[in-house]
Amino acid sequence: MNRFSYVRATDVAQAAREAGAPAAKIIAGGTNLVDLMKYDVERPGRLVDITRLPGLRAIEDAADGGLRIGALVTNTEVAYDRRVEARYPLLSSTILAGATPQLRNSATTGGNLLQRTRCYYFYDVGTPCNKREPGTGCPAIPGVNRIHAVLGASEHCIATHPSDMCVAMAALEAVVRVSGPGGERAIPFAEFHRLPGDAPERDTNLGRGEVVTAVELPARGFPAHYTYLKLRDRHSYAFALVSVAVGMEMDGGRIGEARFALGGVAHKPWRDPEAEAMLRGQAASRDLFERAAERTLRGAKGYGHNTFKIELARRAIVRALEQAAAGTPQSQVDKRIR
Amino acid sequence: MPDHPTGSDTLPLSLTVNGEARQLRVAPWTTLLDLLREDLGLIGTKKGCDHGQCGSCTVLLDGKRANACLVLAVVKEGSNVTTIEGLAGPGGALHPMQAAFVEHDAFQCGYCTPGQICSAVALVEEGRARTPDEIREHMSGNICRCGAYPNIVAAIEQVLAENAR
Amino acid sequence: MSPIPNAETHVGSPRSRVDGRAKVTGAARYSGEFTAPDLAHGYVVNSTVAKGRITRLDTAAALAAPGVLEVFTHENRPRTAWFSYNYQDEVGPPGSPFRPLYDDKVVYSGQPIALVVAETFEAARGAASLVRVSYEAEAHETDLKNRMDEAYEPPKKRTGISPPPKPRGDARGAYADAPVKVSGDYWAAYEHHNPMEPHATTVVWEGGGKLLVHDKNQGVLNAQSYIASVFGLGKGDVRVVTPFVGGGFGSGLRPQYQLFLAVMAALELRRSVRVVLTRDQMFTHVYRPNTFQTVRLGANPDGALRSIQQHAIAGTSQFEDHQEVVVNWAGTLYHCDNVELTYKLAKLDTYTPGDMRAPGAPLGLFATESAMDELACATGVDPVEIRLRNYTEKDENENKNFTSKELRACYQVGAERFGWSKRNPEPRSMREGRELIGWGMASGAWEAQMMKTSARATLTADGKLEVACATADIGTGTYTILTQIGADAFGLRMEDVTTKLGDTTLPYSPVQGGSWTAASAGTAVQLACEAVREKLFKHARKASGSPLADVKLDAVSFADGRIEVTADPSRFVRIADAMRAGGVDRLEAEETAKPSMIDQLRYTGYTHSAIFVEVRVDEELGAVRVTRVVDAVAAGKILNPKTARSQVVGGIVWGIGMALEEETMPDHNLGRFMNHNYAEYHVPVNADVQGIEVVFVDEHDTKVSPIGVKGLGEIGIVGTAAAIANAIHHATGKRVRDMPITIDKVLG
Repeated sequence: MNRFSYVRATDVAQAAREAGAPAAKIIAGGTNLVDLMKYDVERPGRLVDITRLPGLRAIEDAADGGLRIGALVTNTEVAYDRRVEARYPLLSSTILAGATPQLRNSATTGGNLLQRTRCYYFYDVGTPCNKREPGTGCPAIPGVNRIHAVLGASEHCIATHPSDMCVAMAALEAVVRVSGPGGERAIPFAEFHRLPGDAPERDTNLGRGEVVTAVELPARGFPAHYTYLKLRDRHSYAFALVSVAVGMEMDGGRIGEARFALGGVAHKPWRDPEAEAMLRGQAASRDLFERAAERTLRGAKGYGHNTFKIELARRAIVRALEQAAAGTPQSQVDKRIR
Repeated sequence: MPDHPTGSDTLPLSLTVNGEARQLRVAPWTTLLDLLREDLGLIGTKKGCDHGQCGSCTVLLDGKRANACLVLAVVKEGSNVTTIEGLAGPGGALHPMQAAFVEHDAFQCGYCTPGQICSAVALVEEGRARTPDEIREHMSGNICRCGAYPNIVAAIEQVLAENAR
Repeated sequence: MSPIPNAETHVGSPRSRVDGRAKVTGAARYSGEFTAPDLAHGYVVNSTVAKGRITRLDTAAALAAPGVLEVFTHENRPRTAWFSYNYQDEVGPPGSPFRPLYDDKVVYSGQPIALVVAETFEAARGAASLVRVSYEAEAHETDLKNRMDEAYEPPKKRTGISPPPKPRGDARGAYADAPVKVSGDYWAAYEHHNPMEPHATTVVWEGGGKLLVHDKNQGVLNAQSYIASVFGLGKGDVRVVTPFVGGGFGSGLRPQYQLFLAVMAALELRRSVRVVLTRDQMFTHVYRPNTFQTVRLGANPDGALRSIQQHAIAGTSQFEDHQEVVVNWAGTLYHCDNVELTYKLAKLDTYTPGDMRAPGAPLGLFATESAMDELACATGVDPVEIRLRNYTEKDENENKNFTSKELRACYQVGAERFGWSKRNPEPRSMREGRELIGWGMASGAWEAQMMKTSARATLTADGKLEVACATADIGTGTYTILTQIGADAFGLRMEDVTTKLGDTTLPYSPVQGGSWTAASAGTAVQLACEAVREKLFKHARKASGSPLADVKLDAVSFADGRIEVTADPSRFVRIADAMRAGGVDRLEAEETAKPSMIDQLRYTGYTHSAIFVEVRVDEELGAVRVTRVVDAVAAGKILNPKTARSQVVGGIVWGIGMALEEETMPDHNLGRFMNHNYAEYHVPVNADVQGIEVVFVDEHDTKVSPIGVKGLGEIGIVGTAAAIANAIHHATGKRVRDMPITIDKVLG
């Protein structure tokens, strides 16, 4: 870890101003940033501590029936919040599927949005990486890519976004509130994270000096028909190989609104509007779900070690949709995949 | 931005550690874990990975379990930290969780043990895990390479049962 | 001294660990936790190429960083021993050991190439990132598949490792003629030990050329000899003290590079230095080798084996021939007249692999026992029954009898406890909801060894006993069992006995490994205590008017701080009185335990197990859960059922990891392990482990070791991976021969 200076911001404007400096980084929970600093992947010249900022620690009801979650609310606080549990159980479920009680106590909502990839090469400064050092190459493509992307990757980067929480946020069509030099703005979740393209060093569309202040959840929370199915290499404390978050509304046997997002397969939580559209108004059936899964994975490409993810994702989508339609969410404690 | 900030390396920090108020000075890059182990001599909090991947450094931070390795000490100004050294009662009487770990042989090499115990104490306090499956899930942030997991679960079950009485 | 609460012996009874309090309060001090005034901190810089030469090592920025004392590289390394044999250690394989910072050559990716020493850990870490290195890289090879054609039988055998036996009969011909045949290729991934405590050394500079070294290892004497030899020091000037070891599993058998670096820096800077490896650096030394095997079994329709062929190729480094016992196990488990076993190595541009919990055995038996399961399927004979039909009462590799072998009882007891008789043999026949249920089993074996070991017993007039031996307790419970043995020798309470370990000033012990410590150190303590008993008894008889004057040693008992006539406890002499009669206030004896040469010539000794596993596999998604394990173990005398069970449970958890999760993934383009951390190298977590039942089968064995102990450190892992693979086959009908059996392989 390099040497750096430290400032404790007292208001959002100051934080944004400080964070706008070229070598500055914002620190909140620190669970990813301190990790990356110890690996010398991040070498900030100045840390801007936003943990004391007022007004970012609350979960508040919004006028439209939604919920506003402050950027500094911890993962634990969100997951066990009564309103979240009752109205957005999918969000609770995804958060509790990730990391550990210890990490969830420290990790914040804003930080989770900005969590960086787990790509082995990104983490190892002894190897090239286009995301870490643009232009050096991507050894994951011909190399070890078990945990890498099968959708939306580019010739420059096949990294995946590792967050569980964000997969639910994508399905819930959350809105990210940010504050920065240009004032405040709202970023729809689908536009918050980027695909790698030819600029894999940029994970998100957040501008320099912009601070995430809150995430807003629209009123529609799919409390009756949802599921988060996470498949991984051990039963807890592991990143997803493939995960699927589903929110559905059912009218008798027919599907009303339907959304699903995939984790572990792309540089961002992956949604396919066409596949979702196929579900709406249809009777829930395995055949329908299989077709939706096919549609979602139509452009999928494997790189060797990770090719299995395509078939795994196909099956996981079908299972997750079945579970959601049947109202039998995946339990995070009893890992039986029903 | 140069690697070296201007001014002094260290910043003032007030922490309460195991009930004792401490006025300290720390460099901004010092983690809570290194502060405890190197500066305060509280070696009971272990460094197993230094990256939040094993749970050996679990302490109670303002009453909640946290990985001390991922916390920059300076960020926690004013916080209250309890380490394994702060769990035993007066006269060295073991905390019920410590006693249950000994009784159930819930450790072998002992290196992950302080983190396991801090985590288990928090688990009981949180009140969310009751069944063996729930205990397993809520203790999965603490790796034990010796594989004492079944005994760890038994120790926690005993403390939960004692508390329920 | 207060009376002993009951008359039962400590040995054989469940006892809590004597070091338990130290471990649950955080008081136990591990090697990276000792300190000294003026302690400096070292941080290692590792190579990023697998093979080549360092052309430039720019340390200027690092040296200029605040708090930095020195940056050691091959260019400024202080003089050390010239010859590679000076770097050899007690357990190293044939070859030329790795010499840190020796020259500009890079022989594996992750090789230590510099040590930054600074006033604080953070300063050293920060400066290490400023060291700039240029390489002239050469073509490397880390892929075993590309080197299998060049595999060779190691010309020089590793001490203590039995090479495969000479072929018996005509295995190929018998296979060709056999009515039932199974054959398959098996892969085992690289695994890294990953003890929770990273490797660490604190060297306390004591002045006058004396070093006090706290080093994470499994044998302080081995570390001491290594340092003395490499740095040309007298053994009297180097004391190694390692009271607690945060897990070893074999990674602490040989000296690791942080020991060299810390001692080098301390000697050069003439001050105390600590070097602790990061978790990532724990992937830059020893590991379990990547191993390929082919197994062919030929049998009669009733399952009787007619031919066994098992061939292994394991990776090793360019500079050493690491060897382990992979293919020999079938010869100790099964009767067969036609057997051909081979074991070869292939050279790769990696660090030398090493012993990792039960080296060789779980790899070899994964293949053998998977093939036996396949044979059971092919013949329609129950998996337990087919093993009983081929049971051997003789070690057919060595043509010797066993000291004891209660494996038959293990099969029976294990099957009974598991409910094996309810198993429907048909694969995919058992299910619940979307999960297929599979029941599988396998046999386990591990050599029961005893090594020459010394111990000292010191009894004082206040009825306190100290036992001492240089061996380690790496979590195995050695402190506790030696305390039990000592306490029983004098009828003392556990609290009256202190056990000292892990110090080069204590009596000789080899490294702690191979499951031999309980038998070896246990016997040594027993002998030392017996010697003290004899001395004490002589004094007791001499006491004026001694009620023991006319009795013999075998007619007395030691209890409640006194020596009493067993048949008439009212006749006794107190320990304090006996010492007074002898004019002493303490009695001490040091004894050495050695294995019996005659018994070793006549017999071979093994610990055995039969392990039964239930898995549940999501049929569609391939997710596997191990939901139930019963392991029946025959290991001779069980000194402490509580810690013994923990040893076996731990081994089973390792088996779960090996079967389903653990894999270090090399990038062969870069010649580098990529998932070098605890997040991406998966070891089992609590949620992976459900019901485990361990049953110890009665086994009396006076030949294997004088105290009848066989050892338990390895046996738990040995058959576990095979049993899990067999259970997965039973659940799904899919035979996976490639470990770990991850979700993709179950689906694929």
